[in-house]
Amino acid sequence: MPAVVWLVLLFVVPLVIMLSLSLKTCNPASGACTMTWNWGELPRQVNLYRTEFFTSLEYGAAATIVDLVLSFPIAYWIAFYGGRKKNFFLMMLLVPFFVSFVIRTLVWEFILSPSGFFLTFLRHAHLVNANFHVLGTGSAVIAGLAYNYLPFTALPLYVALERIDRRVLEAAYDLYASRRQAFMRVILPLSIPGIFAAFLLTFIPAFGDYVNQQILGGTSSTMIGTVIQNTFLVTGDYAAGSALSVVVLVISLVGIWLYSRVLGSRSIEEYL
Amino acid sequence: MTGGTETVDEASQTPEAPPPSRAVVARFDHVSMVFEGNTAVDDLSLDIYEGEFFSLLGPSGCGKTTSLRMLGGFEEPTRGRVYLAGKDVTFQAPYTRDVNTVFQSYALFPHLDVFENVAFGLRRSRTAKAEVKRRVGEILEIVDLPNFERRRPNQLSGGQQQRVALARALVNEPSLLLLDEPMSALDAKLRRQMQVELKRIQTRVGITFLYVTHDQEEAMTMSDRLAVMRHGRIEGIGSPQEIYDSPTTEFVATFLGASNLLSGDVTGVDGSVATVTVANGQTLRVRVRRLPESRVGAPVKVGVRPEKISIGLSGPTLGGDHNSLRGRVKVSTFTGVGNQYIVEMPWGTDVTVYAQNIGEATAPRSGEEVVLTWPIEHTFAVRPMAPGTTEDGTNMGDSDE
Repeated sequence: MPAVVWLVLLFVVPLVIMLSLSLKTCNPASGACTMTWNWGELPRQVNLYRTEFFTSLEYGAAATIVDLVLSFPIAYWIAFYGGRKKNFFLMMLLVPFFVSFVIRTLVWEFILSPSGFFLTFLRHAHLVNANFHVLGTGSAVIAGLAYNYLPFTALPLYVALERIDRRVLEAAYDLYASRRQAFMRVILPLSIPGIFAAFLLTFIPAFGDYVNQQILGGTSSTMIGTVIQNTFLVTGDYAAGSALSVVVLVISLVGIWLYSRVLGSRSIEEYL
Repeated sequence: MTGGTETVDEASQTPEAPPPSRAVVARFDHVSMVFEGNTAVDDLSLDIYEGEFFSLLGPSGCGKTTSLRMLGGFEEPTRGRVYLAGKDVTFQAPYTRDVNTVFQSYALFPHLDVFENVAFGLRRSRTAKAEVKRRVGEILEIVDLPNFERRRPNQLSGGQQQRVALARALVNEPSLLLLDEPMSALDAKLRRQMQVELKRIQTRVGITFLYVTHDQEEAMTMSDRLAVMRHGRIEGIGSPQEIYDSPTTEFVATFLGASNLLSGDVTGVDGSVATVTVANGQTLRVRVRRLPESRVGAPVKVGVRPEKISIGLSGPTLGGDHNSLRGRVKVSTFTGVGNQYIVEMPWGTDVTVYAQNIGEATAPRSGEEVVLTWPIEHTFAVRPMAPGTTEDGTNMGDSDE
């Protein structure tokens, strides 16, 4: 059973290490940790970084909603009107993502910078005043998150729309449904599992993201991912960092649990 | 039809005379449909009358489904016009047409339960709630699915799904119901049951049915009239019995049931009976009105259905108003309900004979010389197909793939 070995080695072991670390007490100076069964660390960290948790939830949710709104028409168009070029269009959607995540985000920093062509254009067109800036605001972070996680939304939506039987649509037209009614009564309900899968697949990584906030958000409202990164690498408090990671993990698991309660666990696998 | 219509000269495009006082529900008027250079439907003209069960029968690719989809509004013809209840609907969207379809794959809405599936059309046409409930309940009763309202399509068997698809279309009381090979996903036994059922439902609701199928048995059991299509054209149209007993083309003769066809030339006409010489100087007689062409010297194929032939070890040859042939039994197969014989003629052609198992003592065995006899009335003649045309229905027996 090599698969079990891999799973234990690469998944269970790190998870156990992280869980046990979160219950230890560490000396930031020496880096030595001793097991103290410190359950109190979890609520303490939640209280300490309550704002950052909420910021992450807010930015993650906002980016996911932006992605759903943007990708639905794209996925719909490719699924229903892509014809023989469907795979080509999907490829086009993915091409930008062959570039490294950090580099893509840095390019957005360049585009959104006060001297970048986007803001220069807006200023010249007198649409914004000279002090207007995007970088360092929550909007820039949400935009970055939305951009970076777009394929995670578009692909599950595409899969859901693609598998809708065209004959079922014909049946709707046959039973006096106009195009709008067929969309509302047939296409939309049948794509709900895909919408939920897209939501989860986008929201979970966006919630824990730390790159976009650091590059595009500057020092403005910090996300939980940044806090975890700093706790591990700057403060060196492995116990606190692990405790925070456990909280993030639990929040994600609750989301997945809710999804499987509503739509069944099989439909998650279908879209991954 | 043993004593019916006049000479059918343009057999392929001549519908039977309309039954008096019956309204035309649907009409194809010189309709053609070309897909990427292929003609799927070729100058089709056809009237479907109120209340009838009409079947379009043909092999796959003959244009039958395309024709049905043009009535449903899912395809637009390249040329010609389509009428429903006298109104030109050629370019009207499906949801504006007073027809409903039972799709080949049923195409039930997977996210809705049986009740909502059936109610879909009524809700779109803004029927009052109580009325929806009453009509859905009523139609589920008719298709024999009471107490299934809250089931999902994936909890139903194929036969049940088909009944839901039927109910979903019928509940709207359309002027015409289109059925696109609705039985193709059912197994043979269920299919036979549903044939009887479907005919019962049609009689009960009185809605005109247009039924598309490649299964000749299905078409014959249920239809009031049927049309055999090939290469986008109608090759024969009429009641099942008319078409079966008097096929007008070689394709119809072989696609609808089995036929023995013997090539020959018209060598004499004597009053109402013509003589056709088939081979070895062997002659067969056929009614002049059933010849595609009565000129002496015209090439024809003389046909007879296997069950019309009686087989005997000795018997009258060329007597009275009968045709007869001598041959040798090549294969004799007992099928329970009867015997099937393949009899080889002296010139090498095989003739198939079905004899019913009615307890006659001496069934001829392989290798025995036999005499085949059948009445002139059961002899038909068709124009030979142009040589070299590849055919999809020339096999003997049924073409139920």
